[in-house]
Amino acid sequence: MFAYIVRRVLYAVPILIGVNFITFALFFMVNTPDDMARAQLGAKQTTPEMIAAWKQERGYDKPLFVNLEAEGVAQITDTLFTQESIKLFKFEFGQSDAGRQISADIYERMWPSLAIALPTFILGLLTAISVALLVVLFRGTVLDTATMMLAVTIMSISGLFYIIAGQVLFSKLWHWVPISGYQPGIEGIKFLILPILIGVFAGLGTGIRWYRSIFLEEMNKDYIRTARAKGLDEIKVLFRHVLRNGMLPILTGVVVVIPTLFMGSLIMESFFGIPGLGSYTIDAINAQDFGIVKAMVFIGSVLYILGLVLTDISYTIFDPRVKLS
Amino acid sequence: MAAVVVLSTYFSLALLDSVHFKINPQKKLQQGPVASYVNPYLQDWVDPQLHGKTLSLLDLFTQHLILSTERTYSAPFALQEYSSSIVYTDNGVEQQFKQLQYAGQHLDNPDEIFKDVTIKSIYALVLSFFITLAIWLVHGYFRIKAYIFRDISVKIQPLSWNSFYLALLTVIFVLTWLFYLSHYYHVLGTDKVGQDVLYQSIKAIRTGVMIGLLTTLVMLPLALILGISAGYFKGWIDDIIQYLYTTLNSIPGVLLIAAAVLVMQSILNTHSDWFGSTEERADMRLLFLILILGITSWTGLCRLLRAETLKISQVEYVAAAKAFGLGGFSIIRRHIMPNLMHLVLIALVLDFSGLVLAEAVLSYVGVGVDPTTPSWGNMINQARLEMAREPMVWWSLASAFGFMFILVLAANLFSDRVQWVLDPRAH
Repeated sequence: MFAYIVRRVLYAVPILIGVNFITFALFFMVNTPDDMARAQLGAKQTTPEMIAAWKQERGYDKPLFVNLEAEGVAQITDTLFTQESIKLFKFEFGQSDAGRQISADIYERMWPSLAIALPTFILGLLTAISVALLVVLFRGTVLDTATMMLAVTIMSISGLFYIIAGQVLFSKLWHWVPISGYQPGIEGIKFLILPILIGVFAGLGTGIRWYRSIFLEEMNKDYIRTARAKGLDEIKVLFRHVLRNGMLPILTGVVVVIPTLFMGSLIMESFFGIPGLGSYTIDAINAQDFGIVKAMVFIGSVLYILGLVLTDISYTIFDPRVKLS
Repeated sequence: MAAVVVLSTYFSLALLDSVHFKINPQKKLQQGPVASYVNPYLQDWVDPQLHGKTLSLLDLFTQHLILSTERTYSAPFALQEYSSSIVYTDNGVEQQFKQLQYAGQHLDNPDEIFKDVTIKSIYALVLSFFITLAIWLVHGYFRIKAYIFRDISVKIQPLSWNSFYLALLTVIFVLTWLFYLSHYYHVLGTDKVGQDVLYQSIKAIRTGVMIGLLTTLVMLPLALILGISAGYFKGWIDDIIQYLYTTLNSIPGVLLIAAAVLVMQSILNTHSDWFGSTEERADMRLLFLILILGITSWTGLCRLLRAETLKISQVEYVAAAKAFGLGGFSIIRRHIMPNLMHLVLIALVLDFSGLVLAEAVLSYVGVGVDPTTPSWGNMINQARLEMAREPMVWWSLASAFGFMFILVLAANLFSDRVQWVLDPRAH
């Protein structure tokens, strides 16, 4: 088991290097340090000396990939690419344009993001699975058709609509919850309820459809017929056989998402004024703060790869047919 | 059966929708000395106020909407401005709601508006009924002809023409109603600078559909070629392609797009001399966005195709084809591609609707289309700021969401229907 996990983690390393290369290509090759310096120093007359000084200060004055002036191994190590990559892999993100430490900011903003994303995820999963089970139980009836129509409708409405409509209805007209804001601790719940509910509802359409198709596929298999032939009633068949076997494909789709919950939701957080990572990213995009965006891209991909590894591991735990090889 | 009818209603709606967009090609007709020389009769069509401006073919039919620009907000079917303004009268300064310049000019008495709208609606309904009837008759002629000369040995599933005509009638009615009434009122109100919201929404169709269609066109060859070759050739090709899409996939989608757009923006800013006009720049930005979206969104379909190709290449007929000495590419073309096409079609339509929705989110994040390009995302973004007003300015938001919803719903139902027809497991 341990050897398997180690191998999976090692498998992730080249992917991380690839991600690192893409971010580097985006932020340094397409948009060279010279361009960055010009953008930062303003549109005023910038002399080559000023640009050189700016690059020196940031450590951007090295060549991109191969340093011809250095000798031996330093030809590759003493370059911008290696330097920036090592910084990223050590999770040193440097300072944002506003002069704050990015790592500290990220650590601080992680918790509000999680406070929304985790309940949304769990509630959404439970509701979608239970509705899907109910629909499968009543398959072929009016209830089934109506729910599926509803699911398509929910799916087809823009997520922005739910947020705006929710804010207008519950906060502005009925004054049930505050329109936006955040507060740590128990009192913060009143700020969190609306975004969580909206998040659950917006994801319901896709979830129900997906889980229903998984359960229905399971329903058509031979062992279900056997179970019915044994005289099991429909509900027992559903919970004991269909649900348990259906959990496998659901698991593969869902475990990947868990680590990325840390990243928070971009639009949800900025609409509700929650100081999480999502709104952090949006602010950075609007302020054109490349440092933060780069850090978030890297963290996001690390978390996704973590999710992939977790998926593989959970698969081996829950499905006895999958061998650890 | 009712569900099938409703489904196919929307299915035909989707079909009609797509035809509608294609019929309105946004050909830029340069209205200037050059164009008026080429098309003298076009000049009579276009209002003199619009000469010298870049117009689309669609603009020809909606030019009354461009011209009827009010001063500021007004609600749908309103006769007065939405907010009161200070007017200097003989008796001094007074607060009053100003009359709109282009709405309800033909009415003598503001109370008649309900009656007037009803009469005009009935007129539009009757008109659209006759148009549909005409189409039905023409079509019926061909159907009868086809029925007489049909090949008896071939059994064709009858299409649900009833719901088709129901949907057709609805669409024609809505279009004529909007077109007819928009000459007299602002059917969907006006926005901050007094532009007609209906006009904006219609213009935004182009942006939405372009993002949806062109992006899927960009990603389709990538996904097809890489997915199939990964699944068929296996070995190191498979490894490389898998590595490629896992890497691309592991970067959070919105962030990758945002990063790419940010970089693109700073390139455009530093090289502002590349573009002649702001319009050219906005179009360039749209194209870049489409390219970026296409490059980032092929991974899902690619993975799907790879898995399916792996499955298909195990099947006996592929082995038989190999035994006959068929080359790799002929096997892919003759045996594998046709078996993948239904997957591709479904995935494309779903991607299309996903992209239309994504455009709004991206515009909100600030990495979408150019703020000057008419799009639903931009409309929502602008209208969002007016939420705090009391009473609320809701019509701009509502129409953007409404137009988007109809398009996406139609696309989703269409893909459902395709899946139901083509996937034998669904029965």
